[in-house]
Amino acid sequence: MSVEQQTIGMAMDIPHNQIAIEAKNVSVYYGDYRAVKDVSMVIPRHKITAFIGPSGCGKSTMLRVFNRMNDLIDGARVEGEVIYNGQNLYDHHIDPVEVRRRIGMVFQKPNPFPKSIFDNIAYGPRLLGIRDKQTLNEIVERSLKGAALWEEVKTNLKKSGLALSGGQQQRLCIARTIAIEPDVILMDEPCSALDPIATQRIEELMRELVEHYTIVIVTHNMQQAVRISDYTAFFNIRKITVDHREIRWGELVEFAPTEDVFNSPREQETADYISGRFG
Amino acid sequence: MINDDKSFKKRLARRNMYGSISATFFFVANLIGLLLIAALFLHIINQSMGYVVYVNRVEPETLSERPLEDLSEEELGQLILQNQPARIRVYIRDYLSRVSNDEFAEATVGAILRGREYPPEWGNIPLRDLEHEQQLELLYRNMNQRQMLNLVVENIVQPTAAKSWRLFESLFHSDDIKQQAAEEFPNGDLKFHSWLNWDFLTRSVTSSATTTGLKTALLGSFWIISITAVTALILGVGAAIYLEEYASDNWLNRAIEINIRNLAAVPSVIYGMLGLAVFARALGEITSGAVFGVTDSNGRTVLSAALTLAILILPILIVNAQEALRAVPSSIREGSYGMGATRWQTVSRQVLPAALPGIMTGVILSMSRAIGETAPLLVVGASTFIGIDPNGPFSKFTVVPIQIYEWTNLPDQTFKSVAAAAIIAMLFVLLLLNAIAIILRNRYSRSF
Repeated sequence: MSVEQQTIGMAMDIPHNQIAIEAKNVSVYYGDYRAVKDVSMVIPRHKITAFIGPSGCGKSTMLRVFNRMNDLIDGARVEGEVIYNGQNLYDHHIDPVEVRRRIGMVFQKPNPFPKSIFDNIAYGPRLLGIRDKQTLNEIVERSLKGAALWEEVKTNLKKSGLALSGGQQQRLCIARTIAIEPDVILMDEPCSALDPIATQRIEELMRELVEHYTIVIVTHNMQQAVRISDYTAFFNIRKITVDHREIRWGELVEFAPTEDVFNSPREQETADYISGRFG
Repeated sequence: MINDDKSFKKRLARRNMYGSISATFFFVANLIGLLLIAALFLHIINQSMGYVVYVNRVEPETLSERPLEDLSEEELGQLILQNQPARIRVYIRDYLSRVSNDEFAEATVGAILRGREYPPEWGNIPLRDLEHEQQLELLYRNMNQRQMLNLVVENIVQPTAAKSWRLFESLFHSDDIKQQAAEEFPNGDLKFHSWLNWDFLTRSVTSSATTTGLKTALLGSFWIISITAVTALILGVGAAIYLEEYASDNWLNRAIEINIRNLAAVPSVIYGMLGLAVFARALGEITSGAVFGVTDSNGRTVLSAALTLAILILPILIVNAQEALRAVPSSIREGSYGMGATRWQTVSRQVLPAALPGIMTGVILSMSRAIGETAPLLVVGASTFIGIDPNGPFSKFTVVPIQIYEWTNLPDQTFKSVAAAAIIAMLFVLLLLNAIAIILRNRYSRSF
């Protein structure tokens, strides 16, 4: 336990046992290019943490740090430490497959697999080696109920996941994620492709899910952050010009309970952004 | 300037004119292609059927007073005994024998006709020690009237095509043809004949245009394509998966990829030389089947040919499979990885099933290319004339395009019609394969 991370938690009155993930001095590189610089923050357990900020500020990149999705990109590299369950997720002996099994992800564009609804949900359990039909049936029903989709699809589980509406597809993806009972669910702008009614349903769903899961959500929609999140992290773009070449990167500007960020921001930048003066 | 209505109208007319000129050009290009294909088809169909004058070596009337069709097995047998007593043994060998040709000379009746009908007391007597009459009895005990009739017609009457006409001549000048045929071949029998027929497809190759068939070449093509398909599919899809899903983006993998693309443009005869050197010669012990106990063969086998064709279509197949894999949206991969799937689980459960229709389309199209290949197989060692149908990977082989080439090279003009019939049969197979490819693509292609 370094002094620094204790202060992050203590400064925000988050008891140590209520911290799900801690990021310490995390920088993300794509090749030589540093996309995110020196982020230190905590993800509180059983809370919704929202990442906001202008396009290109590194909030999605930072989200993907937590379940090592950046590993899939050629040349991407993470410096610093991400502590989960007392272990650094970027230790060389940690298998990213295990990380992603504990820290699930829902993507911006609903991406159900081109399979039936049942097979979409059963995909994760089957990856883990569960073959028993009865067990799978129970998992599918529980997950669909958990994602508030069961009533709409229970008679038609053999239908292709792609035949559902956009909002249903996204709830299917959430159901798929909770089927393997992760600790943390990362959501990368989950409502940006949905209409307002579908968005509202997902938001209600998130408030229910947070009883059991820790949720981190990236959003462009500040009202959404206000409506659903307990904590908000504001990221912003930094730029300098070296030899007539502009270099940009993202930094964490402010991280605090959502109320504080929106009502009494500590930084002028944050105040400018949330009042719509830029971004 | 920009709002000048008059010049806008003038320019619009010109813009539209350019558009219609291009459209006309594209249409004409299509039309030329269509006309060429139509000409090709007409030419081949024109050759594949028409009037034929058959001349018999021996007129049936001189053999029997009644029409041959009405004679019984015994009567037909007597005709063979009178005309070709020494060949009865040959017919037994060709149509009834259960032993190989090498063993036949010494074999007993019991061994040769195992499971067939023969007087039990002859069982231990070598066939050659029987009288011709006795041999004949074996023949018609085991053959029905139709088979005996065929023997008599093919071997004694021996109708041969003395002259053949093409389809359009036959349709539009039939009177001239009838007159000409009557003058030149007073004993001839003028018939309208389609060279492409069921008998042609199911008979083995012979040296006469009237009795030859495509079965040998069709079987050769079938064996080769089957082995080619399995080999190329496994190697090609494997290589494509490695390059797309596993290989990192470094200079070595880029070099491999560029080379594969270049290999697709290498002339096929070069692959033939490779196949001859590597498969037929260096690996001759394996491709001849010697290590598996096959004796009467060298390396110029179905297996060598199939492996050569597999190498030939591999580059096309790999590039195609890579494209099919690349067309699977990355959101599917991300979704799978995000669920905690390993790389292999992601590839085998998501990427490969999604890419399969595209891969299969490519496989079938490269199969059509392999079916039509001639040059590399000539180099590897296709037999120009084989009387034995290929029956496995270690057989000697010929394939349909080589058979067509052989037939068109023969001096006898009637073989041109035989070749045309074979071309139609091959085009039909190709069309069938392409149709399957299209159906697969339309049926299983998904939108994401």
